Amino acid sequence: MTDVATREAQITESLAELSAHIELKKGDLLQGNAIANGELTLRVAAQNLPALVEFLRSEATCRFSTLVDITAIDYPEREERFDVVYHFLSMYRNQRIRVKVATGEMEMVPSLIAIHPSANWFEREVFDMFGILFSGHPDLRRLLTDYGFRGHPLRKDFPTTGYIEVRYDDARKRVVYEPVKLVQEYRQFDFMSPWEGAEYILPGDDKAKA
Amino acid sequence: MMDGSFDDVLTGEQRIRNFNINFGPQHPAAHGVLRLVLELDGEIVERCDPHIGLLHRGTEKLMESRTYLQNLPYFDRLDYVAPMNQEHAWCLAIEKLTGTVVPRRAQLIRVLYSEIGRILNHLLNVTTQAMDVGALTPPLWGFEEREKLMVFYERACGARLHAAYFRPGGVHQDLPPDLLNDIEEWATHFPKVLDDIDGLLTENRIFKQRNADIGVISEEEIQHWGFSGVMVRGSGLAWDLRRAQPYECYDEFDFKIPVGKNGDCYDRYLCRMAEMRESTSIIHQAIAKLREPAGKTDVLARGKITPPKRGEMKTSMEALIHHFKLYTEGFHVPAGEVYAAVEAPKGEFGVYLVADGTNKPYRAKIRAPGFAHLQALDHICKGHLLADVSAIIGTLDIVFGEVDR
Repeated sequence: MTDVATREAQITESLAELSAHIELKKGDLLQGNAIANGELTLRVAAQNLPALVEFLRSEATCRFSTLVDITAIDYPEREERFDVVYHFLSMYRNQRIRVKVATGEMEMVPSLIAIHPSANWFEREVFDMFGILFSGHPDLRRLLTDYGFRGHPLRKDFPTTGYIEVRYDDARKRVVYEPVKLVQEYRQFDFMSPWEGAEYILPGDDKAKA
Repeated sequence: MMDGSFDDVLTGEQRIRNFNINFGPQHPAAHGVLRLVLELDGEIVERCDPHIGLLHRGTEKLMESRTYLQNLPYFDRLDYVAPMNQEHAWCLAIEKLTGTVVPRRAQLIRVLYSEIGRILNHLLNVTTQAMDVGALTPPLWGFEEREKLMVFYERACGARLHAAYFRPGGVHQDLPPDLLNDIEEWATHFPKVLDDIDGLLTENRIFKQRNADIGVISEEEIQHWGFSGVMVRGSGLAWDLRRAQPYECYDEFDFKIPVGKNGDCYDRYLCRMAEMRESTSIIHQAIAKLREPAGKTDVLARGKITPPKRGEMKTSMEALIHHFKLYTEGFHVPAGEVYAAVEAPKGEFGVYLVADGTNKPYRAKIRAPGFAHLQALDHICKGHLLADVSAIIGTLDIVFGEVDR
């Protein structure tokens, strides 16, 4: 138990050092940095992303040469609704770092393929799932969804059931695409109890005011 | 005009264009549903474009509308060859956000079953890769052992494959009394089986010809393509998350990290064989630690995120309410974001969890090692012969459950 605590304290300390170092060298590129849960997160504007990532990769005290993952988060209520999240790993320094870029539906994020070739599929997946465009990507096709699929499934406004369903039609001897038909409405459960601020009107509530 | 038709015999010139073939999705060497569009110049692969997503089930989307506990079984269905290792990453992510400390016995059981998962995976990979390059006996021998291991899965949790055994805060149930003895007995005999498979493959001429110097990967390529796991260790880098960023109680265990020298398919095969021996030794150590008095604790961190004991529910009203609320509403995870990674048998398996304080994850991203490995296939295959493609797919260790999610 104490082992875990001391290990975490060490990690946080070394991350604070790293964060101060990046701040010193490339502070003009950053929009913010924070350490939470033993992880360092940098915020950067889209146009400064390649410069920062190149710095993180090549600088001797960072060497974040492995791109672990690219993903995005959708916040539909925000002006710039997406956060593109990059995870990097340094096998040499044994550290991890997270970089976040906020972007809107109509904006482009610079592609990282020139710096990390592995960004290729990760960016294709983000494009497929969220519809975020990456400028400078040589081959921005859909990756995981069906050929000819429409929409971007991981956006919060895309229904979990989707719009199209597929089945094999025995009469026509081929696979047919049809609009989704559900026997029962897909149920999204609301677990909030009425005491915790449920917003729906229960039967009889309307009479209470009158 | 057809390729190579002799319309202009006078000049003797032929029009030659590269040949495109479609490989998969229903091909035994595609390890599932991989579709490759290959461009061939004679037998040399010029370009290789993997089409994935045929097994895409939208796991990440589904997870957003389910509670944390309901999401756990989805992880069994990712890399279905070693299910518990995936669950582990999900549990670690939740435990990191909620600040839960897992009791020692649960930690040891997790280590024990993670290593069983590693052997399950490596047995499948080593032997089916051998089948891809022409050997039939190894899979038959390997699957016999896998069957025994799946029985151990079944005895711990009731399911051979889709375990849902690791839970946030510990493991679902304690192990039955005889199970440790049986696992120990199996682990004592298992090196003999490994010797047998070794005897079939390691010095086999065909196996060596098909694997040595095929798919060589350098340190630079590892960094470029985001490799992890055996794909890194086969090229001589001793990178293992169990050692580098220890989770659970892996720092207490004594194990070696086998590394290759040449970074080819053959070295990766040797690494996997050596890792199985190391895992067997970890299994022995875990069993010894589970038998110590210090290893005989509860298997769940009793609290808000875990169910109360059965006996308590019979007498305590609070425990009964807690049980009901836990399995209907589920537990709430404090808002925040976390990335938790484990050294899964295939490489770094990570979960990036964004919680918004409710009972469902706002966003969960699954980082599968096979995804990063498969996208480098074009790079690795370029210039190899067509027959090497199946050897390389085998050595990348791809399971479509996790690549397509």
